[in-house]
Amino acid sequence: MTEAISTTKQRKWQDYFTFCTDHKVIGIQYLVSSFFFYFIGGIFAEIMRTELATPDPDVVSPELYNQLLTLHGTIMIFLWIVPAAAGFANYLIPLMVGAEDMAFPRLNALAFWINPPAGVLLLSSFFVGAPQSGWTSYPPLSLLSGKWGEEFWILSILLIGTSSILGAINFVTTILKMRIPEMDIHSMPLFCWAMLASSALALLSTPVLAAALVLLSFDLIVGTSFFNPAGGGDPIVYQHLFWFYSHPAVYIMILPFFGIISEVLPVHSRKPIFGYRAIAYSSLAISFLGLIVWAHHMFTSGTPGWLRMFFMATTMLIAVPTGIKIFSWCATLWGGKLNLNTSLLFGIGFVSSFLIGGLSGVMIASVPFDIHVHDTYFIVAHFHYVLFGGSVLGLYAGVYHWFPKMTGRMVNETLGKIHFAMSFIGLNITFLPMHELGLMGMNRRIALYDIEFQPLNLIATIGSYILAASTIPFIINVIWSLNKGKQAERNPWRALTLEWQTSSPPAIENFSETPVLWSGPYEYGIDSEPRDSDSIRDLLAEVASEG
Amino acid sequence: MNIPSNIITLIAGIILTMISLWYGQNHGLMPVAASEEATQVDALFNLMVTIACGLFLIVQGTLIFCVLKFRRKKGDTTDGPPIEGNIPLEIVWTAIPTIIVFVLSIYSFEIYNNMGGLDPMASMASHHSPAQHHHHEPMLAMTGEQSQLSLGIGDSPDENSNSPVYVDVNGIQYAWIFNYTDSGIVSGELRVPVKHPVHLNLKAGDVIHAFWLPEFRLKQDAIPGKDTTLVFTPTRIGEYPIICAELCGAYHGGMKSRLYVLSESDYEKWLQENIMAQSAQEANTVAISTAEMSDAEYLAPYAQEMGVNQEIITQLRPIQ
Amino acid sequence: MSISTSTDITTSSVSAEHAHHGHPDHRLFGVVLFLIAEGMIFLGLFSAFLIYRSMLPVWPPEGTPELETLLPGINSIILISSSFVMHQGQAAIKKNDVAGLRLWFGLTALMGAIFLAGQLYEYFHLEFGLTTNLFASSFYVLTGFHGLHVTVGLLLILCVLWRAQRPNHYSSESHFGVEAAELYWHFVDVVWVILFILVYLL
Repeated sequence: MTEAISTTKQRKWQDYFTFCTDHKVIGIQYLVSSFFFYFIGGIFAEIMRTELATPDPDVVSPELYNQLLTLHGTIMIFLWIVPAAAGFANYLIPLMVGAEDMAFPRLNALAFWINPPAGVLLLSSFFVGAPQSGWTSYPPLSLLSGKWGEEFWILSILLIGTSSILGAINFVTTILKMRIPEMDIHSMPLFCWAMLASSALALLSTPVLAAALVLLSFDLIVGTSFFNPAGGGDPIVYQHLFWFYSHPAVYIMILPFFGIISEVLPVHSRKPIFGYRAIAYSSLAISFLGLIVWAHHMFTSGTPGWLRMFFMATTMLIAVPTGIKIFSWCATLWGGKLNLNTSLLFGIGFVSSFLIGGLSGVMIASVPFDIHVHDTYFIVAHFHYVLFGGSVLGLYAGVYHWFPKMTGRMVNETLGKIHFAMSFIGLNITFLPMHELGLMGMNRRIALYDIEFQPLNLIATIGSYILAASTIPFIINVIWSLNKGKQAERNPWRALTLEWQTSSPPAIENFSETPVLWSGPYEYGIDSEPRDSDSIRDLLAEVASEG
Repeated sequence: MNIPSNIITLIAGIILTMISLWYGQNHGLMPVAASEEATQVDALFNLMVTIACGLFLIVQGTLIFCVLKFRRKKGDTTDGPPIEGNIPLEIVWTAIPTIIVFVLSIYSFEIYNNMGGLDPMASMASHHSPAQHHHHEPMLAMTGEQSQLSLGIGDSPDENSNSPVYVDVNGIQYAWIFNYTDSGIVSGELRVPVKHPVHLNLKAGDVIHAFWLPEFRLKQDAIPGKDTTLVFTPTRIGEYPIICAELCGAYHGGMKSRLYVLSESDYEKWLQENIMAQSAQEANTVAISTAEMSDAEYLAPYAQEMGVNQEIITQLRPIQ
Repeated sequence: MSISTSTDITTSSVSAEHAHHGHPDHRLFGVVLFLIAEGMIFLGLFSAFLIYRSMLPVWPPEGTPELETLLPGINSIILISSSFVMHQGQAAIKKNDVAGLRLWFGLTALMGAIFLAGQLYEYFHLEFGLTTNLFASSFYVLTGFHGLHVTVGLLLILCVLWRAQRPNHYSSESHFGVEAAELYWHFVDVVWVILFILVYLL
């Protein structure tokens, strides 16, 4: 099968349904399949928001509501954002470092093909009674509400976790070992730095989640009492193991998009990235600190006071590297020549809404305040600003930025801008009121609530409908542009990273000859002399003729 | 940078500071504060809102300014200035957040200590030592196997001369049951006198619950097999919600109760009425041993209905 | 080109990577990353074990029959020395001595099998079951999970032995499978040392 592919020049659509080892095919497979799960998770969210438009549980039963919230969280994290980030990483890393493929292509294909069955397994839990204990699955509740639904959930997460570890091994090896010789670690694109930090976290923390879930499975199926207090076990141990993964998971979900934003902003504002090393090292700092903050999810749980203080301090420290990134991005935009296309709009939207999630993040790091808002809608607002306002907007910025490279077609900018406007407005209408709901006393994960909270909930529900509608111009845009979009040139954005040195879409072996690095990834506005290489001269001529 | 732009920056800075300071005090986002500690948490929150508001305005203002001012002119394909960084500026924006989080950490630590968060054991000790509480054997309530680890929010270090109220709180799906250890009253709602410290000993009978008092800015998980503590002193008479904040099953959203902070005389009146009612009932109740009682506690969760009826409450009451 | 060479399988079965001709071989680096991840699973399990240990006033909980340490002790010595035996195999292949590789790896496989048999013997003669108490559950899960890794390691060694039958499969230049299997086996050994100290000795 793989031999057949290597003899043809262009990929056929069938190739995307095979065990193909080409990193570009795998990247698209990740992106498209994760979008599919995004729509399912989105439908669940819309059902929940419809339910929450009124205080009574009148649309779905409370049991179904809990199943929906469990699967919404699980799908959005494990089958949407994490694999979508892996999709970008797969597509871009080898191109950015000038390699012809990932370090371990077959492992890579295996890592992808674990995902679809895991997703199907997760969704099929509806047939045996879907899990109802939230994506956190805290025992003893998870041991009491539906054995097989819970076990399906565990198996699905174990599979996705395996996929994530295998992917991380590939990313780290490719980034560290397969760069073209001229590219030292300080001239590789910031997306690679971000993926390095994110993969390190995935490697170190995902296995601990696996340990927790294996023990939970034993409690569930065999009847041991690791986490079951009725038999002398301790549910808090589960929380520690779970959050040792699941807090870093937040950084696994946001770091790749930090990387994407660091690529998108300089290209479209025609300026070098401001503070390359600061942004690169702050990714590593976030990833290191990310490993020692997990118990801030447990400030009201079985965590002694002194430990709460320790985790408060480490959590607050994360604001420093994150702040460096935000300020550096602003400084990158400052004084540039902004080409306000859809990609840059999503990039700026990312900085704007991620900032809100970051500010509320510092607040909830403070123990006395977190005690009040823990497990309320304030937290829901916070992590949706980080994961929707951050990851999802960053993801769209990446899609619009690399769509010409991936497909050879330009996107329709008008539809793209409509998509951006609806997403940005919808996201703020949906999630901003939730801050106030949480502060006033609305707890999360409830199908029924007090009548006093209805007005703000209704606003949030209307906002979520705008969000749902915002995907329509996007889907139309993608389908239309794929067929009718303007043919994309090799380097439509006049970008300097290596993936733009090859054709759009890239040939199967990526580069016709090993690419030559003639400038840093972000040296806009600097006259850098090309080295002796025919391909570079041609490329430069091409760039000049575009002007 | 010439002088006019410096002045503009200065004026913008002053306006920004004024707006942040004003908003930090007037955001009106929090519900009423019904205790001294809640007021302190609000002060911390106000400070954080002030800082966040300032940072929000700076960053969003920069973004909007960039979008308006630095737009590419039509036909201009040249690049912007090749500025790759500015070490002093980068040091400044690394140092400022560092100082901010340092200050916030110290301040939070201070307030947490004032709330009694660092020494919940102190309240446990004071609970167990007085002779009048001898009937209450705290260790019996535990599963017995696990070593005691003090968890939760303890007594405020400030001395309070008023006598404390001790209540055992048992969270089960989907209700809170309050057991006044001094008077033996069992109730589905919590009534406490104003300006007296309230010592809550939280237990859970089935799954993890969380005891949340929004107006007191207090929350602590009730964990099966582990007792946790919550101590607070209400300063404002009124009726407040008690909410379960940890997902505990399908009807988690319905697991609510009320906290009534009463004047001292009203509380005494309620106490007397209920002790009478309770002892009248006691005559009709078959005596049950402590061991059976704890069984009843564990059986309670399997009652699938919402709330609990009076019979269950009676059976859960410990024997004096 | 990587795709056209993908059928040229030279790797061991567990690391389904393939040789990247024209580039330096990164597979061993990949194996090291994989073992770091594996190590974190054990770290998670060990931490849980230590928390239980510190949480309960009596550990193992009262009524737990004493663990026999003689047989597991002998077993441990066999497993640990197998690492040294195995290293002789790698030293042999570095001198192109395939017969030596087969001898030493065969011996390692035998020692691994003895360890597993000893483990099973211990399971059948223990007086507590999986659900007896927290200690018993932890004991079975930790040793069982480790035993699973020993089994995988054993299969890897058998895989190397099977491949070593083909002429010129392994040489002093190219013996990734040998190195990967050995690295994995050392990892399993180190984990056992920690496990033995935690579960049997402490």
